[in-house]
Amino acid sequence: MIVPLEHILLLDGLLFFLGMGGLLAWRANLIMMLVCIEVMLNAVMLAFVGGSARWGSADGQLFAIFIMALTSAEVSLALAMVVYLHRRRKTVDTDQFSEMKG
Amino acid sequence: MEQTLFYILAGVAVIGTILAITEKHPVHAILYLVTSLFSIAVIFYLLMAPLVAAFEVILYAGAIMVLFLFVIMMLDLGHPEKGVSPHWREWLPALALVGVSAACLAIVIVARHGSTASPAAASLPIREVARHLFQDHGLAVELISLQLLFALVGALYLGRQK
Repeated sequence: MIVPLEHILLLDGLLFFLGMGGLLAWRANLIMMLVCIEVMLNAVMLAFVGGSARWGSADGQLFAIFIMALTSAEVSLALAMVVYLHRRRKTVDTDQFSEMKG
Repeated sequence: MEQTLFYILAGVAVIGTILAITEKHPVHAILYLVTSLFSIAVIFYLLMAPLVAAFEVILYAGAIMVLFLFVIMMLDLGHPEKGVSPHWREWLPALALVGVSAACLAIVIVARHGSTASPAAASLPIREVARHLFQDHGLAVELISLQLLFALVGALYLGRQK
């Protein structure tokens, strides 16, 4: 363990909260919302790997790998949805998608 | 040596993330985020997780960010003057939330422990990690593969032309 676990937790807490604040501020732009979600998921991976290094267990690394697989599935679906919405309204502004059509 | 490297990389990651979420041009934001992801990958390597570090570079910085760039270029979104970017007043509640949350986290962490270096745990060889993955978490591997299949089918369904 090269640094205390608390420093790693501080770093990934800071990254997570930056992603959260960015998600709040960019709530009108679909692409930047997805980018901020990536930042948050990456911070969670850092927490898992830090715990794995602290306690010498492989489970943290495995869950980081699971989060990575989950993220790739989520991003592929979300970007397909962005392309679909852009085809309907020619914009990625979330305020334009305020009504449903059956 | 490794400690200094960790703090430098942590600074690069935080500054890269701040630049990424405040940048108006989406392509520049993705490139800043790739810088941050590379430094986090090296932090993973320093934390004795070389497999996760390699996957971070290959999957995150390689595949997912290229997917973002591909969609931005395909939809021609690289015009920040046309796009919607938050007014500075919209940053204030976000900044307040980030400040309060980070302060709470720092207080909790500092109050629970002093910053003492923890004992070194034994490093894990990749053989051990792979044994854990396929022996103890076999069901999770199957679920992840199902989930990737669902994502593939969903993306095909959403992306087809009428």
